Amino acid sequence: MSDALRAQLALLPAYLTAHLQLTLTALVLGIAVSVPTGLWVTRRPAAERLVLGIASLLQTIPSLALLAIMVPALAALGRATTAALGVGVPSIGFLPALIGLTLYSILPILRNTVAGIAGVDPALVEAARAVGMTDRQRLRLVELPLALPVIVAGIRTSTVWVVGLATLSTPVGAPSLGNYIFSGLQTRNLAAVLVGCGAAAALALLLDGLVHALEVGVRAGRRALVAGAAAALAALVLYAGATLAAGALGGARTVTIGSKTFTEQYVLAAILAGRVGATSGALPRVVPSLGSTVAYDALRNGTIDCYADYSGTIWATVMHRTDVPADRGAVLAEVTRYLREHDGVTVAAALGFENAYALVMREDRAGAIRRISDLTARAPSLTIASDYEFFGRPEWTAVRRAYGLRFAAERSMDPSLMYEAVAAGDVDVASAFSTDGRIAAFALRVLEDDRSAIPPYDAIILAGPRLVREEPDALAALAGLAGTIDAAAMRRMNAAVDREGRSPDAVAGAFLAGLAGAR
Amino acid sequence: MIELRQLTKRYGDRVVVDGVSLDVARGELLVLLGASGSGKTTTLKMINRLVEPSAGQVLLDGSDAAAMAPHELRRRIGYAFQQIGLFPHLTIAQNVGITPRLLGWSPERIARRVDELLDLVELAPATFRDRRPAELSGGQQQRVGVARALAAEPAVLLFDEPFGALDPLTRDRLQQSLRAIRARVDVTIVFVTHDMVEALLLGDRIAVMRDGRLVQVGTPADLLRAPAGEYVAQLMETPLRHGRTVEALARGETPDGR
Repeated sequence: MSDALRAQLALLPAYLTAHLQLTLTALVLGIAVSVPTGLWVTRRPAAERLVLGIASLLQTIPSLALLAIMVPALAALGRATTAALGVGVPSIGFLPALIGLTLYSILPILRNTVAGIAGVDPALVEAARAVGMTDRQRLRLVELPLALPVIVAGIRTSTVWVVGLATLSTPVGAPSLGNYIFSGLQTRNLAAVLVGCGAAAALALLLDGLVHALEVGVRAGRRALVAGAAAALAALVLYAGATLAAGALGGARTVTIGSKTFTEQYVLAAILAGRVGATSGALPRVVPSLGSTVAYDALRNGTIDCYADYSGTIWATVMHRTDVPADRGAVLAEVTRYLREHDGVTVAAALGFENAYALVMREDRAGAIRRISDLTARAPSLTIASDYEFFGRPEWTAVRRAYGLRFAAERSMDPSLMYEAVAAGDVDVASAFSTDGRIAAFALRVLEDDRSAIPPYDAIILAGPRLVREEPDALAALAGLAGTIDAAAMRRMNAAVDREGRSPDAVAGAFLAGLAGAR
Repeated sequence: MIELRQLTKRYGDRVVVDGVSLDVARGELLVLLGASGSGKTTTLKMINRLVEPSAGQVLLDGSDAAAMAPHELRRRIGYAFQQIGLFPHLTIAQNVGITPRLLGWSPERIARRVDELLDLVELAPATFRDRRPAELSGGQQQRVGVARALAAEPAVLLFDEPFGALDPLTRDRLQQSLRAIRARVDVTIVFVTHDMVEALLLGDRIAVMRDGRLVQVGTPADLLRAPAGEYVAQLMETPLRHGRTVEALARGETPDGR
């Protein structure tokens, strides 16, 4: 077994447990909501149409969007409950993922419950009434047993869906087998992706098989099969419930560190965690692979305590500023002031490097193009690729306006694919990140921003109100990182993960060891 | 035993059963005879309130059927119908014993009663008790259906074309079984059919219905000898002509109009 695979398998118990907690809780809730609702609406045709309509509508929402929508929805709910009751609601992590998955599990179970009851032979319904059953007895003695195989089929469909969809819980801050997939894709770690997909598929097959065995056993009256399948399912549910309760009651002081979904963020989160763990009494806990705006919301409402962000990102997406000042120091000062005044968020340190947007081209394609202004005339015959966000961001508008750029086509794709696409010549230009190790690895040319249209992107450590208030040691430890990483160092660390296949933890560990040695 | 008073059923503007009044004596078998759409099944189902009357009254032993909870009423009235409706997930014994179970009889009493009834409908209890409905032929299933209707010792049985979907030989055997059962069990029966021969063979009296109304009520002999009007005369003529034709064939003649 390779070291890379062994390193990934070491993470499996934690991710699998988290995945199981999410999946089983969502399914138990889904069944608890759908079956009674389905039974209730079968005798009420108007309600049936309405309820099935709502469930179908929920199903049409793309799954990733449904999970992501839960974050601002719960944040709004949390503000309301905080104002009314003084108690907040966590808007990232387990809760939004659970709600999203539960909603997704409802339709197949609900629809099959309704169809199962409606599919009972009318002659049997008449017989049940004629022998003197009440409505409730008819449901319990005739309709439910006869509809059971159809209802169970719905539960099995939901089971397979939910196990798969739970991998999308990672970006809303709930650990799952999706952590393997998201971080594996970002850090080009094929072993991680394979372990994540394989484990999710195996879990789906296992749960589906157990539910199926239970159904077959009940139908054929095979006691041993029923007992075995029921015991296995009960053990899994108990395990999930017990670990969940233990986690909720866990007493140790923790500092929760967030990261976004790219290599540099994984490395920085590992550095922050290592630093906090080594120099303060608190236990660091990393919540990786958060969506870009999810991370800031999570910090503001206390779900995470700190993470690394970039001044230009805060400038554009939090402060909603569309002007693009060139002065790095002025932006940093303004961001620091704004965050403290508006959200009580502290800029603990500026790490010392910038990770700005940069337009890159393959050397041979670029030819004479060295500056962005050289692109203006050529752009109409070129294609540009970027991550999912860039084309919608004010920075892109500013760049296009400053240079009068009009490309033949704009293609959004996963950032990990973007570099390969430009290196392979599938696209001509890409909006890279200036510290990305793949710029050097693929020998891409960074075009000079000769009109200073791209704002500065100082990497900064943001600390939430709770950390500042309750963990002064941790705050001091983070502040000590100020100015310790320059652009070249960050690029080397990114490349170590992306090109050399080292883990973000190992790279961060080496950095921290060097830092300690230098003192 | 059963009194129908101006019993009426309307669906919107459509009158399906129109002011039917009828008395059925204790121990009598009354046939409701009519074509499809005549209202005979609706009339039957208003007796155990599978269909609620729009107007009129059903009295059972003098008490108003509408005053009772429907499920309690139905536990006192046996019901068998053409689709049989045996519960496929239950055994034959559980199917037969369902109404006693709803009435809270002890398991021992139910088991005794089930065996007694399987004997009555000529199905060996040891062989059939634990089988599922799907393992039985259509005729055997309807015997179970009849046993189920009789299970809770009802004073009244309602039969809605129970033998209509069976082949002629099986139907004949079940009709004979029903006569044998009547000889052993004291029960009042309302029997719906559109089959004239069945009506003549089984009925103590026949009530002919057309378009939701009663046309004539009388013994088979009354109807054959003194039909009240053209419609009943036509109805009665059919089995008589068939009988004559069959007799002629048996004598080796070639009858007319064949």
